[in-house]
Amino acid sequence: MNAQAKDNRRLLVRLGIAAVAMFGFGFALVPFYEAICQVTGLRNILQPDVVENTQVDPTRQLTIELDANTHDLAWRFRPTQNTVDVHPGQLVEITYEVTNTRDVPITGQAVPSYGPQLAGDYFKKLNCFCFEKQTLAAGETRVMPVLFVVDPKLPNDVHTITLSYTFFEVEGTQAQQTAPGGRS
Amino acid sequence: MSAVTPDQVHDDHHHHGPTGLMRWITTTNHKDIGTMYLIFSFIMFLSGGVMALTIRAELFQPGMQIVQPEFFNQLTTMHGLVMVFGAIMPAFVGFANWMLPLMIGASDMAFARMNNWSFWLLPVAAILLIGSFFVPGGATAAGWTLYAPLSVQMGMGMDLTIFAVHIMGISSIMGAINIVVTVLNMRAPGMTMMKMPLFCWTWLITAYLLIAVMPVLAGAVTMILTDRHFGTSFFNAAGGGDPVLYQHVFWFFGHPEVYIMILPAFGIVSEIIPTFARKPLFGYASMVYATASIAVLSFVVWAHHMFTTGMPAATQLFFMYATMLIAVPTGVKVFNWVATMWRGSMTFETPMLWATGFIFVFTMGGFTGLICAIAPIDIQVQDTYYVVAHFHYVLVAGSLFALFAGAYYWLPKWTGVMYSEFIGKLHFWCSIIFFNITFFPMHFLGLAGMPRRIPDYALQFADFNALASIGAFGFGLSQLIFIVAVVKCVRGEGKKAAASPWEDAQGLEWTVPSPAPHHTFEIPPVVK
Repeated sequence: MNAQAKDNRRLLVRLGIAAVAMFGFGFALVPFYEAICQVTGLRNILQPDVVENTQVDPTRQLTIELDANTHDLAWRFRPTQNTVDVHPGQLVEITYEVTNTRDVPITGQAVPSYGPQLAGDYFKKLNCFCFEKQTLAAGETRVMPVLFVVDPKLPNDVHTITLSYTFFEVEGTQAQQTAPGGRS
Repeated sequence: MSAVTPDQVHDDHHHHGPTGLMRWITTTNHKDIGTMYLIFSFIMFLSGGVMALTIRAELFQPGMQIVQPEFFNQLTTMHGLVMVFGAIMPAFVGFANWMLPLMIGASDMAFARMNNWSFWLLPVAAILLIGSFFVPGGATAAGWTLYAPLSVQMGMGMDLTIFAVHIMGISSIMGAINIVVTVLNMRAPGMTMMKMPLFCWTWLITAYLLIAVMPVLAGAVTMILTDRHFGTSFFNAAGGGDPVLYQHVFWFFGHPEVYIMILPAFGIVSEIIPTFARKPLFGYASMVYATASIAVLSFVVWAHHMFTTGMPAATQLFFMYATMLIAVPTGVKVFNWVATMWRGSMTFETPMLWATGFIFVFTMGGFTGLICAIAPIDIQVQDTYYVVAHFHYVLVAGSLFALFAGAYYWLPKWTGVMYSEFIGKLHFWCSIIFFNITFFPMHFLGLAGMPRRIPDYALQFADFNALASIGAFGFGLSQLIFIVAVVKCVRGEGKKAAASPWEDAQGLEWTVPSPAPHHTFEIPPVVK
């Protein structure tokens, strides 16, 4: 009986270790997922796109509507023009203007989205403020460029593309910024 | 613990220990704990059922009648969580506690005190979960899958749910470890692995699945918790995270989880069919291997829940084929049950009715599962009532029907009294008819495009929804018949049950008297 209790305890410890290891495995899935996305290029929204086809198609004209939003962030964010007409294959630069209306520096990250959704695959950005986090000092205003080409392979039934950016506050930045001063 | 009286100090027999409520709080007896698990899960089953009926009442007619949309979302979420973690899983653990030691000739579970603790964590988790309805903002409404980013944005009800999931996870893991150790180390002399009743095999494999995936779920909800309160960005796109990652981690747990809820059901049915067909189980060894292959395959199919998240075609194909592959071992099981029945001297007492009903209706759910496995079709039916119909066919008609089959099968052993055959049969026929009235129309609703988790719907869905709601109330009320059957047994109203009340039941559990005495197999039986 005593030998059995010992056996039982040994198995208990092993299974317990297995359970703890699987808890760690759950977290190990995070870097694993990021590595897979990087290797397969599934989620490279922070890198410039590669443009293969720069043949301008002057027979086709597209309207790009520009939109700007913020999410729980005290920034004024707007495009400097509302729409721009482009030909597929044409290199175009547009600008957005953003102002930090708070009295503390804040870091934000813009995330693009497209309407119609499928246009995202054909909207090639060579340079974009959304490729990196933007830190704005208190009251700072910044004009930021987006350099893009619309791939001429865009399906023919698409005549208008809406490019919409949303600025998010990068979590924790505000806490870090205010912690030393906010000790009082 | 409360005061220990002097006469208890000298007494190491539990049944002479505390009486009344303290007996149940301090018990380490596997039969007591099994009973508590079963009662707990039935209470949770009724609470989840009330939520389901509120949902169906709202959906009886188009338009908003009874509840607010926010509350409706809380109801669908909590109905899922309560049924999965509160009703189905603890019910199977209750069966394991009661029956595993009796089946393998052990005197108790391997770790009797840990067993007590794994049970008493559950009411705590249930209070957190149900209590979250009453905090500001109400319960979580992110769906039972708790998908980010919704779950990251919910109110404090979400935090209570996260802690409840943590506690239930710890309880399940402890219960699973106990079961693995009991089955591997505590078998009576001569009870080799391949002589074990199939219920022991399916539970052994289920316990391994639990140990492997419950910690992953705990990790996933911990990530939500730190995203919510501690500034991490696992699932926050702006901070470099990805909400789709949550779906991967969740379903890495979630798909083995659905087999955790069905494998013990396979075990129960594999005990009952041979008894009432009066033939040994056809293809015992193939049943064991089929169970093991289902368990292994369950780890490589999770992304079939995510066909619409924009996966590359190659990935979709892999998960599609892997999912279809699971139909092979499952088919082996269904054919083995049918082959066991083939030319058997079958009688249809209540447990056999439930088991036969299980095979029929579960197989329908299996087939709709195969249809959902086909990626292009799944993209059409994703998040529609077709999926709702599919998983209720496998979870209600699968897991729940098997639980009722097992309950009627072993009630004479538990209580020492035969249940009323009339009441049992009434319960079965009402359940299977109303079950199909409730869920069969949902296939049509889903194919016609009615989305799930929405409190209102377009007018063309009205007739089938009214039908489903009528069926749901019938099904819900039918479950009260079960209370009558059990209460009559517990109060001793009925024929006294013999040690082996069924004509041709095999297994060690039928060698002990009915009701099973508090202590059994203190001297291990020898199996030839």
